[in-house]
Order: sequence, then structure tokens, then C-alpha cells
Amino acid sequence: MIASASAKAPNEEARLPIAYTPTTLPVVVDEAKCIADKGCTVCVDVCPLDVLRISDLTGKAYMKYDECWYCMPCETDCPTGAVTVNIPYLLR
Amino acid sequence: MDDITDGLTEVSCDILVIGGGTAGPMAAYKAKRRNPQARVVLLEKANVKRSGAIAMGMDGLNNAVVPGYATPEQYTKEITIANDGICDQAPVFKYASRCFDIIQELDSFGIRFQKTENGDYDVKKVHHLGTYVLPMPNGDTVKRALYRQLRREQILISNRYMATRLLTGRDGEIAGAIAVNTRTAEFLVLRAKAVILCAGAAGRLGLPQSGYLWGTYENATNSGDGYAMAYHAGAGLANLECYQINPLIKDYNGPACAYVAGPFGAYTTNSEGRRFIECDYWSGQMMQEFYSELQSGKGPVFLKLNHLHSDTIGKIEAILHTVERPSRGRFHENRGTDYRERMVEMHISEIGFCSGHSASGVFVDEFARTTVTGLYAAGDMASVPHNYMLGAFTNGAVAGEHAAEFAAGRDLPDYDPSDVEQERARVLAPTRRDDGIPPNQIEYKARRMVNDYLQPPKVTAKMKLGQERLAEVREDLEGAMVARDAHELLRSLEVASILDCADMAAAASLFRTESRWGLYHYRVDHPEKNDADWFCHSILRKQDGRMMLEKRPVAPYIVPIEDEERSAYDRQRIRESA
Repeated sequence: MIASASAKAPNEEARLPIAYTPTTLPVVVDEAKCIADKGCTVCVDVCPLDVLRISDLTGKAYMKYDECWYCMPCETDCPTGAVTVNIPYLLR
Repeated sequence: MDDITDGLTEVSCDILVIGGGTAGPMAAYKAKRRNPQARVVLLEKANVKRSGAIAMGMDGLNNAVVPGYATPEQYTKEITIANDGICDQAPVFKYASRCFDIIQELDSFGIRFQKTENGDYDVKKVHHLGTYVLPMPNGDTVKRALYRQLRREQILISNRYMATRLLTGRDGEIAGAIAVNTRTAEFLVLRAKAVILCAGAAGRLGLPQSGYLWGTYENATNSGDGYAMAYHAGAGLANLECYQINPLIKDYNGPACAYVAGPFGAYTTNSEGRRFIECDYWSGQMMQEFYSELQSGKGPVFLKLNHLHSDTIGKIEAILHTVERPSRGRFHENRGTDYRERMVEMHISEIGFCSGHSASGVFVDEFARTTVTGLYAAGDMASVPHNYMLGAFTNGAVAGEHAAEFAAGRDLPDYDPSDVEQERARVLAPTRRDDGIPPNQIEYKARRMVNDYLQPPKVTAKMKLGQERLAEVREDLEGAMVARDAHELLRSLEVASILDCADMAAAASLFRTESRWGLYHYRVDHPEKNDADWFCHSILRKQDGRMMLEKRPVAPYIVPIEDEERSAYDRQRIRESA
């Protein structure tokens, strides 16, 4: 796996280390309403881009990858109304 | 989840359908209905419940040929003219003859279509010549209704598997496909007697002006995997230079939906609030006028609704803010745009391949057969022009039925195991590196090059430079791309499809040395339409490992077009009256 500032790989010309660039995420989960810790995975299941995950830490759903088509199945299909899809900042 | 796991499973089936959006579920359903003993597998990169262009449903049919409103002959004629004559009519006529049955079948699935007080289908006029637009009042339920049918017919559904290459037998015939689990990177080898490709448009080809990779017109999952797989299997691809370019809401990049709002009285205008096009139906000629207006002193272009009654606008909002791209209501709200007061700013989309709206697709005949034995294609990625959602359903049905019969008389072909080994090595290469370039950067660069060099107006010298830049990106993709988990691996595979499509876009555009289809193939250094040399399809295919192009004659018309009708779509601009 890659560290955020790894040394150059052996037998390769110098490669550029990978950064972690901050970005705002359009999908917001209300943790008080989310029942992923009770076994619900609906939003993760229906996302076409597969960008949602359940956090090992909190047991709640969250947006892991910033790859959102703002299409809304996650919000529409959530049984408790915990998910809100916002328009990604770059296109607002 | 997302950890890379080593594994390979082999399964066999009679009919493998790749893509569970619109055409795919119908193909699988019809194949199973035709032969209930057949083992039908439906493979989907996302989840069939919410995948593809109609993940959130659709507001209506754009091309319904309903008795009493239109005939198959009229429709075939209109589509032929809208495509500058480059159209094999047999598949279009087949669609037009069959689609009313499919409408009634969808109706029986619980999908309702708008009817008049007399109980007739309430078809609206949006096209230049005929009347084909039929609203769907409960269009948000389409996917659910389809899914119920798939469960009932016991179709075997495999979600979260991305097909990466097709397998072929000794004589080049189809033998199955290789797929990768998008959350574990485990491989699945699917042997099949027939394969139906329904993998959607190449919608992640150009870069949206917002710069957001996922802010595409098409469902951003549609990265052109079907085009790439068909190419590598040796199938011919038709008229790829006839790009998809659509008039959209600026920045949001979703459809402004003149098809929905038009019948209520809305229309496209310039900044003076004046109409400049005769009709809002999407064609290359219409896009050329749209582009010209955007570039002119009268730009930008808007969708105008603010002259309509507030109740009418309420009805339009109730459709547009709940179906297809429902988040558009939020987009307008953020900017304080109320249709009642302000016009909606529009622009033109990034380029893509999509026969749903234009004509760029894997070549198919009237049975949805590609040029590879046993390989079928339907929906946005197959070459039946302007086929939209109803075309995906109808041609999916055609493909499913024909494939079921084809498979019934056939043994399971063998494949070459070394093809699987080679593909595993290709797929997993980005996971074997400790360091390198992540797929999102390779994708951004490739798509930015597509914008800079390949989008119209097309310039020969620029496109050739674009090919050089894309070749450099390919070196990076093949030699330095790194994927750290199964999800990034999924993205890295999609980037490979995108780059294949970019190369195909450049090669096909350079091949056709004329201008045709309005803006879709406007070549500045070959500005005229040249029927003497180019009244033909361009067919791109892989031969001996290389991309080659050839001309293919347009099949003789079955519905004749009079000379004075041929130019109907060339007269899009509203004439200035004194």
C-alpha cells in the first residue's frame, strides 16, 4: 500500500508521491437516523457509483469516494430518511 | 470491503446479458420467456435495482410509434432524415413496428402512460415532422417494475461485477466474458453460448465544463465498457464520429427537458428571449444552431418557461424534480432560479458515444446481431440511431429472443485459457505496483485531452496532436497506473475503456473527410457534406491488433425518401421575418 509520501519505488524512475487533497462530499448521512448499525445497507447497495460505505468506527453509512452523480437513489430508498444528496460544490 | 482478494470462479450459462440498466433487463426477460429452460445470467457493474440511465426512472417515451399518431414508415423516414440519410432502415423499422407491443407490455408491468379523457394515449409533438412523445405519469417506478419481472422469471442476477473482456472461440465466435468483482477484485469467468451487450453509452468521454469527473450527462457509471469490449472482441463499430452532444442545463449538466416542458409551452431561446430553432428535438443540425447561437452575440441560450402560468409550471416541476434527474430542483434552489421568474441557462454537453441520442454504436442488424457470431448489442451502445429508452427496451427484447433461439441450437464454445490469464494480468497490473499515478488523474487528463483536441469543431491537425497526447496517457495507464483497493481497480478499468473510446473517437473522426450530422461531425477543414464519397457508414474494428476503418454501404432504403424531404432537418433555424 502507499504511504502519503513514499520513497521512490525500486527499479523505477522517480515517481511522484500521492497526495490526499481535501474535497467536500455531497452526500450527508444523519447518524442519529441511520440504522446501518442494525444491519441496514440499502444506500450502499443502490448507489450506482458505489461510493458509500459503512464506517467500521461508527457503524453508520458515509460517503467514502467523491464520485457522485447526484442521482439520489441513496436518499430516496433510505428507510429512515437519513441520507441527503446535495449538489457537488463544483457545479453549484 | 474493498480489499483485493485473489480468486477465480467459472460458471456456465446459455445467455449472458452484460448490463442491467434498460435494454439488459428486457433482453434477459425476453430470452427467458422465449426459452424457459435456458440459464440466463444478468451481469451488472452496479445494482440492477438502480442502475443505468433510468436509475431514477424516466418522464416519458421520446419515440413512441403509436397507431393513430404515427406509422412505422413515418418514423423510419423521420429518423433517416434526422441522420442525414446514413441509416440502415431495417433495424429502425423493426423497432418502430415492435415498440407499441412493448409499450403495452410495460403497461402490463404497471408502468402507466398518459392517456386522454377518451382513453387514447396522449402523444405529444416534439420532433420536426411527426408525433412521438408519450409522458409516463409514474415513470419513477420503471426500475422497480422491471426488477419484479426479473425475479418472477428467476433470472440469475450478479450485481457488482464489471465485465472487462469478451471471450471468443476458435473461429472468433463468442464464448463468454471475463468479469471482476468491483468490491473484492475476484474474477468470474462466464462461459456462454450467446452474449448480449447492454452496457450503455460512453458517457464519461469528454470532461464536463465544471471539471467534475462525475458531473456527466449520462449516468457516470457508463464509461464505454461495452464499446471497448466489442472492439477488443473484433466487432465492427459504426459511425463513432457521429458523437453525442446534448443541450443541457449549464453546470448541472442534466437535460433541460424541452421534451417535457415543450408540450406545456416552454421553448429554447437566446438571451433576447427569442426562439432561434424550429424544433427542440435533438439532432446534429439542431445542435449546430444551438452552438452557433451560444457563440454569437445573442448567446447564451436558455430554456424559457417564465411566460407560463404558475400552475402549469407546478405541473412541470412535479415531473422534472421527481424523475430522471430529480436533484435539478435542488440545483435551481441553490441559485434561486424559479422557472416562473427566470429563464434557465443552457449550454452544450461534453462529447460521448450514444446511439440513444445520436448514431454512434456497435454495429447491429435488425436482429440486434453484431458482426461477431453469437454477440448481440442493444440500447445506447448499439447502432440503431436515436433509439432512446423505448428503443433500449424494444431492441433488448429483439436481442433476447433471437439470442435464446441461437443459443438453443449450439454447444458451449471453448475458450482459450491463456486469454483469461492474459486478462488477469492486465486487470491486476495496477494493483501490483507500489507507487504510480491514480486512475482519477489519468482519467482527468485523458478526458481533458478529449475536450481540447477531439470535440467539434473538429480540426485535422488538432485531432492528430490529440492522438499523440492520448498515446502518452496510454503509456502512463499501462505502465504506471496504481490501484490501492478494489474500488480504485474498478475505476482503473473504466479509465481503460474511456481511453479506448477516445482513441476510437479520434480515428473515426479523422477517417470521415467531410462534415455531416451538423455539429456532431463538423470538420472545419472539410466543411461540406460529400455524398459522392461519404454516403456510407464508417465501420471501425480491431484487426491483427490494430484499429482499422472501412466504408460500409448504407443498406437500400425500405421506406423511400423523396428528394425534397431529405433536407427537412437542415432547415432548423427560424427564418428572420421582416
